[in-house]
This record gives sequence, C-alpha cells and structure tokens, in this order.
Amino acid sequence: MKLITAIVKPFKLDDVREALSDIGVQGITVTEVKGFGRQKGHTELYRGAEYVVDFLPKVKIEIAVADGVVDQTIEAITKAANTGKIGDGKVFVSPMEQVIRIRTGETGEDAI
Amino acid sequence: MENNIFELQYAMDTFYFLVCGALVMWMAAGFAMLEAGLVRAKNTTEILLKNVSLYAVASMMYLIVGYHLMYDGGLFLSGITTVAEMDDTAVAAILDASKEAGFGDMGEYAGASDFFFQVVFVATAMSIVSGAVAERMKLWAFLAFAVVMTGFIYPMEGSWTWNGDSVFGLYSLNYSDYAGSGIVHMAGAAAALAGVLLLGPRKGKYGADGSIRAIPGANLPLATLGTFILWLGWFGFNGGSTLKLGGIGVANEVANVFLNTNAAAAGGLIAALIVARLLFGKADLTMALNGALAGLVAITAEPADPSPLLATIIGAIGGAIVVFSILGLDKVKIDDPVGAISVHGVVGLWGIFAVLLSDADATFVGQLVGAATIFVWVFGVSLIVWGILKAVMGIRVTEEQEYEGVDQSECGMEAYPEFLPGGSS
Repeated sequence: MKLITAIVKPFKLDDVREALSDIGVQGITVTEVKGFGRQKGHTELYRGAEYVVDFLPKVKIEIAVADGVVDQTIEAITKAANTGKIGDGKVFVSPMEQVIRIRTGETGEDAI
Repeated sequence: MENNIFELQYAMDTFYFLVCGALVMWMAAGFAMLEAGLVRAKNTTEILLKNVSLYAVASMMYLIVGYHLMYDGGLFLSGITTVAEMDDTAVAAILDASKEAGFGDMGEYAGASDFFFQVVFVATAMSIVSGAVAERMKLWAFLAFAVVMTGFIYPMEGSWTWNGDSVFGLYSLNYSDYAGSGIVHMAGAAAALAGVLLLGPRKGKYGADGSIRAIPGANLPLATLGTFILWLGWFGFNGGSTLKLGGIGVANEVANVFLNTNAAAAGGLIAALIVARLLFGKADLTMALNGALAGLVAITAEPADPSPLLATIIGAIGGAIVVFSILGLDKVKIDDPVGAISVHGVVGLWGIFAVLLSDADATFVGQLVGAATIFVWVFGVSLIVWGILKAVMGIRVTEEQEYEGVDQSECGMEAYPEFLPGGSS
C-alpha cells in the first residue's frame, strides 16, 4: 500500500478529483496549504508599498491506494493537474504500513 | 390657516433635522466597517469596540457638557424644552416668532432635534481618531481621550466657529465652514495626528533602512461597504447642515447640496484611482476609497454654492491630494493605517480654502485664521492630553501584545475565533 501526496494548483482540484473518480479511487483528503518551490512568491501592492508574498496557496491531496493502482493514480493526477507552467506542483509516493477502517475494524487493502 | 402652515414648516424642518441626524449617526457604522476592513484580522474586535464605544462616549459627553460649551444648551441639556414645557403658550410664542421671520433663512425646529443633529457630528470627529491610532493603542487610553475630545476640545472650537463666540475673549473668527471640513474633519485629524506622534508607528511598518512596508488590511469588502455607508451618511452631514428644508429657496439649496456632495465624492474617487494607477501601475482599491472620502471632505466646507462642475473639481483635487498625502506621511514615518489624517486633515484644509472659489463672502484671511485657530487648539490640547495619558497609564500596548493582536490583549476575544486553534469547531 502506498500513500500518495499531491500538491497541485487550487483551480485544478476539481479536474484532479474527477480524474481520480474515473479510475475508481474511493476517497481522498484535501487540505489548503501554502508553500514555495521554484515558482517562488510574487509581489503585491498595497497603498503604494510593494510587498512579497513568499508562500503561494496550493492544495494538498492525500490518497491511500493499493500497490496495484499506484501508477494509474499518479498518471491521473499528473495529467489532470498539468498546465505546463511553473508551479504545477508535485506528487510524493511513500510506503504505508497499515490502514484501519474505524467503523468495521477492517485492515490492510480491505480498508482502503 | 396661516398658523397651520407655520406649524407644518416647523414640523418639516424638525423632521428633516432628525432624519439627517440619523443619516450622520449611520456614518459611525461606516467608520467602523472601513477601519475593520483596513486593519489586520487580529485587531478587528478591538477596532469595532473602539468605534461603538466612542459613539456612546461622544453621545454622553456632549449631552452632559459638550452641547452647553458649544451652544449654551445647559448642563445635562437643561436648556432644551421638555415635552411638558411645550404648552399652548410656548407654541403660540413660536408661531409669533415664525410669523415675524416669515419663511426666512433661519429654521424653526425643536430644540431636541438640534441637539440630536449636533451630537452625531461630535461622534464623527472622534471616529476619525480611532482609525489613525489603530492596531497599537490601548483601548482605555483611547476612551479616556474620547471623553476629553467630545466633552471639551471639540465643543470649544465649535463654539468659536458655528456659534460665533469669541476665542477666549481675544478675537472673533470670520470663518465660513458649512458642514465642517475644518470644524469636524480637520479637528478630528489634528487630534489623531497628536496621538500618532506620541504613539509611534506600528511595529514592522518602517524598516531600519527607511523602507516602507505594506501591512495589508484584512477585509477589503468591509472597507468598501464602510465607504459606501459614509458616502450615504454624508448626505445627512452636508444636507442637514442647511439647517432647514421648508421654503422653495431653501429646498433648492438642499437639493444642490446633495448633488454637489455626490459629485465631489465621485470626482474624488476617480481622481484618486487615476493618480494611483499612474503612480503605481495598478488600480488601488483602498486609495480609490480614500479618494471618495477625500472628495466628500473637500466639499463639506461649502457644498451649496459651487456649480456641479466646480464641486466635481473640488472633490477631484481632494482625491488627488489624498494619494500624495498618504505617500508623504509614510515618508516621514507617520503611520496612519486607514489614511484618516490625509483624508480628513490635509484634504479638510483644502476644503476650507475651496470655500473661496464659490463663496464671495468668505475671505482668505478669515479662512486662514479659522483654520489655524482650530488646528492649534485641537492639536495643542490633544498633545497635552495624550501626553498626560502616556505618562499616567501608557497609551501603547506592549510589543508582544501588538504581535499577538490587541483583540487578545485588550478584549480577550478574536473577531473570527473559528480560525484559531482551540476555537469552536
């Protein structure tokens, strides 16, 4: 089992969610986050004074998947979230030791 | 029949006064929203509390002593006719006076309506102060100052100007200020300037290298709503200052005041928007909002006489001045989060002299002496009062409190508690 964590542009969230639904992903967790990468921040203007916004808003998506669908999931995310411009985000894949469904007590891939 | 007409005129003028007063009261909401929008979220509860409390303090102090100092209305309004005192004899006396005056310039209206209209102006002057000292002043020091400002400082200069009293028996003013560009707005700004000078800028506003840092306001929709509310309330502020509605000539004057007030605000907004766009390369909403208010302040000293075109130009010049004034005050490190000193003070001064463009009776020297008297009095006494408060109780919160926000340190209550860890879910 893997935990896939994707950071994407906020306006791409709906596309990503649809793409994941299409391949049968049953649940995701979404968080509004801020950060910076190569895109860095940008400057804004308030009453004549410029200021730098260091951290840009992004959306973090977390998905628990069975080993068999990892590649498919990554492809769905990268396709849906790609704009070709800087700041499209990243996908992290990490191993996941255990999953437990709280209601039934099921564990492992049954709980995903 | 003739009596009925005079009774009707009295009723109409009183009603007009009361409605205009209610409109000006609503400006307190405008200031509250404007200031809540332009401070950071962590200082929202405190700025709202300051605005609503200063309104109550102004109402109390003007009732107790302010109206007496300004218009000889008696302590605790003892000079105002009560319902029981308005018997047949008193009514007959008013009717006789009305017949003698005819439909003259002076309005005949209930004494209580005059107080109500005047008291909301005091609150306006005090509202100007709260924005300039926002985000770093102690709540109770501010309210203590409000007591002195609304009970003493403002009523004194008001008595020299609108009531025509001599200045401490030394000299009398020949000063023309229809609704108070100087008497209300510049006075409020002068008190604010004195406070800001003793208070210092917000932490982080100016870098050690002399750089000016932006501290963006938390809620621009609220700031915009506040500006619209002020714009609406200003029709009462300037329109009511005609002091009368009954009569064709006066009704026309009132209509021109409304027209010119609106035109000046529109001119001010457009000018500020364009000047800010030329200077910064972007359309700056908060400068545009300040521009509308600057237009309103500029036309307040003489909203009746100018032609619509002249009123627009007076407002537009105010709107242009305000942008440069805000930038200029930042250069000398006078930190004013909402631009109150620029909008009400610098543009108020422009409004005082703009009277000369359309009012043949006003003189340059008269306006100059009036403006200087108001400024020296309000600024000087305010500086002393702020200084005493600073020595006795301190006027500024600690650095740590300022960092955490005065909502926590002064009120113990965040404006948006659900965004906080530990807030309700």
